[in-house]
Amino acid sequence: MTKQMTGARMVVQALKDQGVDVVFGYPGGAVLPIYDEIFQQNDIRHILVRHEQGAVHMAEGYARSTGKPGVVLVTSGPGATNAVTGLVDALMDSIPLVVLSGQVPTFMIGTDGFQEADTVGITRPCTKHNWLVKDTAKLSETIHQAFHVATSGRPGPVLIDIPKDVQFATATYTPMEKTRLQHYQPRTKGDPEAILRLVEMMETAERPILYTGGGVVNSGPAASALLRDLVAETDFPITSTLMGLGSYPASGKNWLGMLGMHGLYEANLAMHGCDLMINIGARFDDRITGRVKDFSPHSRKAHIDIDPSSINKVIRVDVPIVGDVTEVLREVLRLWKERGARTNKAGLEKWWKQIAEWRAVDCLAFKNSDKTIKPQYALQRLEALTKGMDRYITTEVGQHQMWAAQFLGFEDPNRWMTSGGLGTMGYGLPASIGVQVAHPEALVINVAGEASWLMNMQEMGTAMQFRAPVKQFILNNERLGMVRQWQELLHGERYSHSWSESLPDFVKLAEAFGCKGIKCSDPRDLDDAIMEMIRYDGPVIFDCLVEKHENCFPMIPSGKPHNEMLLGEADTQGVIGAKGAVLV
Amino acid sequence: MSALNIKKGSTSHSAYDLRDSHSQVEESHTLAIIVENEPGVLARVIGLFSGRGYNIDSLTVAEVDHTGHRSRITIVTSGTPAVIDQIEAQLGRIVSVYEVHDLTAEGPAVQRELALFKVAGKGDARIEALRLAEIFRANVVDSTLESFIFEMTGTPEKIDAFADLMRPLGLREIARTGVAALSRGA
Ligand SMILES: Cc1ncc(C[n+]2csc(CCOP(=O)(O)OP(=O)(O)O)c2C)c(N)n1
Ligand SMILES: [Mg+2]
Repeated sequence: MTKQMTGARMVVQALKDQGVDVVFGYPGGAVLPIYDEIFQQNDIRHILVRHEQGAVHMAEGYARSTGKPGVVLVTSGPGATNAVTGLVDALMDSIPLVVLSGQVPTFMIGTDGFQEADTVGITRPCTKHNWLVKDTAKLSETIHQAFHVATSGRPGPVLIDIPKDVQFATATYTPMEKTRLQHYQPRTKGDPEAILRLVEMMETAERPILYTGGGVVNSGPAASALLRDLVAETDFPITSTLMGLGSYPASGKNWLGMLGMHGLYEANLAMHGCDLMINIGARFDDRITGRVKDFSPHSRKAHIDIDPSSINKVIRVDVPIVGDVTEVLREVLRLWKERGARTNKAGLEKWWKQIAEWRAVDCLAFKNSDKTIKPQYALQRLEALTKGMDRYITTEVGQHQMWAAQFLGFEDPNRWMTSGGLGTMGYGLPASIGVQVAHPEALVINVAGEASWLMNMQEMGTAMQFRAPVKQFILNNERLGMVRQWQELLHGERYSHSWSESLPDFVKLAEAFGCKGIKCSDPRDLDDAIMEMIRYDGPVIFDCLVEKHENCFPMIPSGKPHNEMLLGEADTQGVIGAKGAVLV
Repeated sequence: MSALNIKKGSTSHSAYDLRDSHSQVEESHTLAIIVENEPGVLARVIGLFSGRGYNIDSLTVAEVDHTGHRSRITIVTSGTPAVIDQIEAQLGRIVSVYEVHDLTAEGPAVQRELALFKVAGKGDARIEALRLAEIFRANVVDSTLESFIFEMTGTPEKIDAFADLMRPLGLREIARTGVAALSRGA
């Protein structure tokens, strides 16, 4: 059966066929025909944002918490350029998104028409792939291909630029089943010889460690289940990057906590001292490796990644395995069991003893106060009071983000949404709305810093309009805290423009939006205030006034290896050399 | 072969590759990249090189299969073995790239470049230019009383050598196509 329809109708039809239930967007001249089609149907919900950057972060929150691609619709010119930060954010963190942008009609392209921007040119390095569709006959097929590209292999954002005349013109709709998915079929099955080598190493390693990342989450729930099996069967210790939190439960006995620049002492020292490192879906980011030359000097390394370019990009590995985490882990487990499920028991026992000594350092210990709320304490209480609830956490970027990663425990994947690779302030609030839209009944909390939160606070209007009862838990230190911390450590305590002045009254701001505002500055009131936030049936802006000069520890200063970690204030004098200061 | 399906043995992504990838010595490599002939595909490839700080020493591109919409991009690049491997892997990630071949690593290859030289002069210099052109098997494709245009095909080294000889004889302009390359044998 061939169906004739306009390009605009094709867009909506293709989205329906792809199982899309929600689109985050903002209208404008170049997408009016598509908005007209959205108006005339009820299957797809449209969430009207307040700024296109917000739409993309919402779609990211939606995607990360569901495993499904997030969909965004924006107009030409400023609509598309406003979406750019979100696209790069999704690219860096491998989040599947399909972004549709309007464009001036084909006959006007290149004439500097009103609201014309070279959107495919601008977004080429910001997307996994993008298309300018100049012919309505190719539109539906392109949309189906776009979903395939966004979600297969290493996921990422894609963009389709659709000129207005293409939306008006009529052509034949190509259904999903008839779409050519071209050659784009990334390899998912690992090389059996490499898997065998990894298994052999697992059998003899004295000091193994599993170093996991966002790839485990992206590979789907089966990957997390297999990972848990692998840990349970081998008794290997496991750590994770910021992006991978929750794929192994924080309550699991083999959990060492997050690694990296603000990671746990035991995790970083185990990475430094291991003799076998098994990287599963992580990418040796510079926040993880510290000084590359001294990174885990005595280990053999295996790396499982679906993206061949991740392998040997930063750290040379001994056993590269290109493949999907789920498929590779399944094979690794099968083969390892078939060969007798052997590990080096004596070695492991010594290794765990060593790890216990590192754990005993209690690197997250902080000096609490009964007068001011310590940010760490606020998160400890938030954790205690929300444990066991159907809870999702998003964050902004800064100290609060690192403390959230350290002090909140994640038992399952897809429960933790944070901007890792790009570190985008302004991510958390819109992301929390995207999560809430996908999980209307869940408790969704954005752990925020006051400065980051202001960057996209207009989206509170979206939360109100669409009844998304998101909780904005703002750790307000009246500082660009992370910047201030670096200035303290690296720039002689010259706090150049790193404080938040003229802050709004957050409670009044909440009232202005029509939601609830809560302010808390006394540690004794904190539990009640948090409970009030949780119980309130609607969005809440929680202004939690915390200690202003708290530093986030542990910290591996830029340019230092893992074993030169700072544990607390006492360690900070003159630590970062001139060389480290040029690094970010 | 799919874009991300890496042929075993052809790149260092095999665990059993014997090349010394730790070497810090820069090497020149010729890459053949088969791409979908679509708008923007060249920008994707070039953008990758500029965005990630890789070198392009020479670049040629043309459609090679009209019905299959395939173009062939030949890039001569330089870098340490690790960088060359990264370039290959990064190219393989581009959705419109079908195949990436490192012709330098995969075995002997034929490399050819076409160049045009405008040489102006009179008297002995003019005669000497013509004599050298014959030795180099360059063709005269345009001549006036005071100038020649020579056309020559050869390896980049041969073209460089000819240009060096023409310089003192009145070389005014050179146009080069960049390298086209094919691996030897079937
Ligand atoms: C869009 C953007 N601009 C600048 C930065 C640099 N930056 C990183 S953390 C930070 C301060 C964040 O302050 P706040 O949100 O209050 O969090 P805190 O560190 O105080 O917890 C800044 C400016 C960034 N990450 N993103
Ligand atoms: Mg702050």
